[in-house]
Amino acid sequence: MDFSHTEERQMLADMVGRFVRDQYDIDTRHANVKLEQGYSPEHWQQLAELGVVGALFDENVGGFGGAGFDIAVVFEELGRGLVVEPFLATLLAGTALAATGSHGDQIEAAISGESQLALAHGEPASRYTLNHVETSAEKTGDGYRLNGNKAVVISGGSADALVVSARTSGNGDDADGISLFLVPANADGVHVRSYGTVDGYQAAEIALQDVDVSADALIGGEGEGLAALEAANAAGILAVSAEALGAIEVAIDMTLEYLKTRKQFGVPIGKFQALQHRMADMMIEREQIRSAVINAAGHMGSAPAERDWNMSALKNLIGRSGRKIAEESIQMHGGIAMTWEYAVGHFAKRIIMIDHLFGDEDHHLQRIVSGGPAG
Amino acid sequence: MDLNYTADEQAFQQEVRDFFAEKLPGDISRKVLEKKRLTKQDMEAWHAILNDAGYLNAHWPEAFGGKGWNAIQRDIFDVEGNAAGAPRVVPFGLNMLAPVLMAFGSKEQQEYHLPRILDGTNWWCQGYSEPGSGSDLASLKMTAVRDGDEYVLNGQKTWTTLGQHANWIFCLVRTSKEGKPQEGISFVLVDMNTPGVEVRPIILLEGTHEVNEVWFTDVRIPASNLVGEENKGWTYAKYLLVHERSGIAGVGDAMASIDHLKHIARDQKMNGKPLADDPRFASRLAELEIDLSAMRTTNMRIMQAAADGAPPGPEVSMLKIKGTVLRQSINDLTRRALGPYAMPFVSEALDLGYNEEPIGPDYANPIAVDYFNHRKTSIYGGSNEIQRNIISKMMMGL
Repeated sequence: MDFSHTEERQMLADMVGRFVRDQYDIDTRHANVKLEQGYSPEHWQQLAELGVVGALFDENVGGFGGAGFDIAVVFEELGRGLVVEPFLATLLAGTALAATGSHGDQIEAAISGESQLALAHGEPASRYTLNHVETSAEKTGDGYRLNGNKAVVISGGSADALVVSARTSGNGDDADGISLFLVPANADGVHVRSYGTVDGYQAAEIALQDVDVSADALIGGEGEGLAALEAANAAGILAVSAEALGAIEVAIDMTLEYLKTRKQFGVPIGKFQALQHRMADMMIEREQIRSAVINAAGHMGSAPAERDWNMSALKNLIGRSGRKIAEESIQMHGGIAMTWEYAVGHFAKRIIMIDHLFGDEDHHLQRIVSGGPAG
Repeated sequence: MDLNYTADEQAFQQEVRDFFAEKLPGDISRKVLEKKRLTKQDMEAWHAILNDAGYLNAHWPEAFGGKGWNAIQRDIFDVEGNAAGAPRVVPFGLNMLAPVLMAFGSKEQQEYHLPRILDGTNWWCQGYSEPGSGSDLASLKMTAVRDGDEYVLNGQKTWTTLGQHANWIFCLVRTSKEGKPQEGISFVLVDMNTPGVEVRPIILLEGTHEVNEVWFTDVRIPASNLVGEENKGWTYAKYLLVHERSGIAGVGDAMASIDHLKHIARDQKMNGKPLADDPRFASRLAELEIDLSAMRTTNMRIMQAAADGAPPGPEVSMLKIKGTVLRQSINDLTRRALGPYAMPFVSEALDLGYNEEPIGPDYANPIAVDYFNHRKTSIYGGSNEIQRNIISKMMMGL
């Protein structure tokens, strides 16, 4: 076995890491959150020019990466800076497009930073069930008419184009009959309500009311969208889990530093064994998470059943151990970690909120329990 | 053994139930039940209603105008109030300073301050913690130097809850550097309108302003604002910590929070069925109910013992740990119950006047913020680590 990265990938990780260290401190991050779009278009453009967006996609769609480990190293570094620029949305929509092999020009435009994509899939009643789609796509003379509501669309407010899931047949939770469409965000009948999330990111509720699209808006085969959504979901799980790992590394580093410097009762509080042992447990969990990220990244290209077992294992662990580490990071600091001014709380918030993306701890436990032998 | 309330207690329960039904304003209870923001006016209005009814200080001894409610009665009032959506009464003057003044204050202090706590003239806050003195409270550095008929105060307090609304603060200050750190601490009362007092907000990680820093620069107070004797302040503060058993476990809050969680779990759908019917979720909820059921009785046992006159001991620490961790677990499961709708956060939607359509279910917006905010409960009031130290010291004989 070899657990080292290729030289190119290590350079990619170093480059993103350097950007975060040198140009994206916590004050910059807070300032970016407050900008009109909820992120900095300059930083986004700069990172796109550095090739960080392209690293998320395969060469055959115009990228120069796209392997599980590319996604993992990029998002781990982004997590270390709580970077709010729309990488996740781009990865999700781009992966769905790449999985179908259609609309390659859209991925290229996203890689260059020229246009921005978002995946409008989840719905008010879908919770974490991927095949729950109520939005309808009715055939018209020369295309389709979309109607429905999309919920908590990541970076939906700043997207130029949306990848929208809608039913062309079947209903409720049927696996077949889900189709994907490319919809310009400014199309008639697309109503976007954008808002911030509790951890500083952007999402939107999107209502589609008689949105007419032409036949070539269809992405991939009619009724065959679920496999592409599953691929996007897998990439999303890997990405936010690696991001959580980056945030966990920072939270643990900050907590350890605090244990060494904060004095109470005349000694650094890290001298107390009650805290040492808890810190040791956190470090064990961090390594478990790192291993689960490696497992998932290594199976990104595997058959769906095997890929998804590893993704669910990772996401379950992030839910369980991530929460423990986030909560303990606050508790072991004490009051200072409860303040906005001290950064660790913001890392904790991101780690916890990642539990709400692409299925929480229990969702993924159930998926493994009922998913059969792949693993 | 009899696990039922006595006939008197049942009658009392009915009495307070009727009171909440009649007197608790609907807009205030809505805010509490929907976890929206209470204004200073809301808190003052509820304080005044309780005072008019004689309930505000019902737990005070009769000698000081109270009804002498015992711990069981206070507990009933707490549970019923939480169920009805009554705001938690700001405790600093009423439940923290007042007992210290009754036990150690001068007659003048009692006569001047106690009525002003009740009628709302003075809103008190607590000046204990300092930036360098959290768990190790006795290491506090803020000084009070005697100068004729005055003390001159210099230093900084922190985590001052609702200090932005207060006009008086009680502080632990250092009056001596001799001997053990605990032996040089005094308990003083400070009018916050005195020159040199400055309150600065601390914004919490989820964006709320409920705590503050309070800075003191050459603040001159009358020497008569010293409570009890100089250098005995630690004893007074400790007296308060061990005597304040009621409400520590937060049983009423936990019961109301579980009810809210059940409501959400019935409304949320997973694969088309109520989340409450999902076996995994239902198991998690059931575990919380088991813990709460046991904690309620643990609390009652301790309250009954207190009502029967048992001296305070480490049970306060047990209630604090179990009570905070259980409520945090309820907050955690409530967050999870929401699925993706735990993420959106619109700050203005926490105000009652917000009229736009909610994002997701109407109960969703405050939940994640509440979860993060309540991480404070295992840190404040003596962190749970400190509580475990107290238990170790008092119960284990190690």
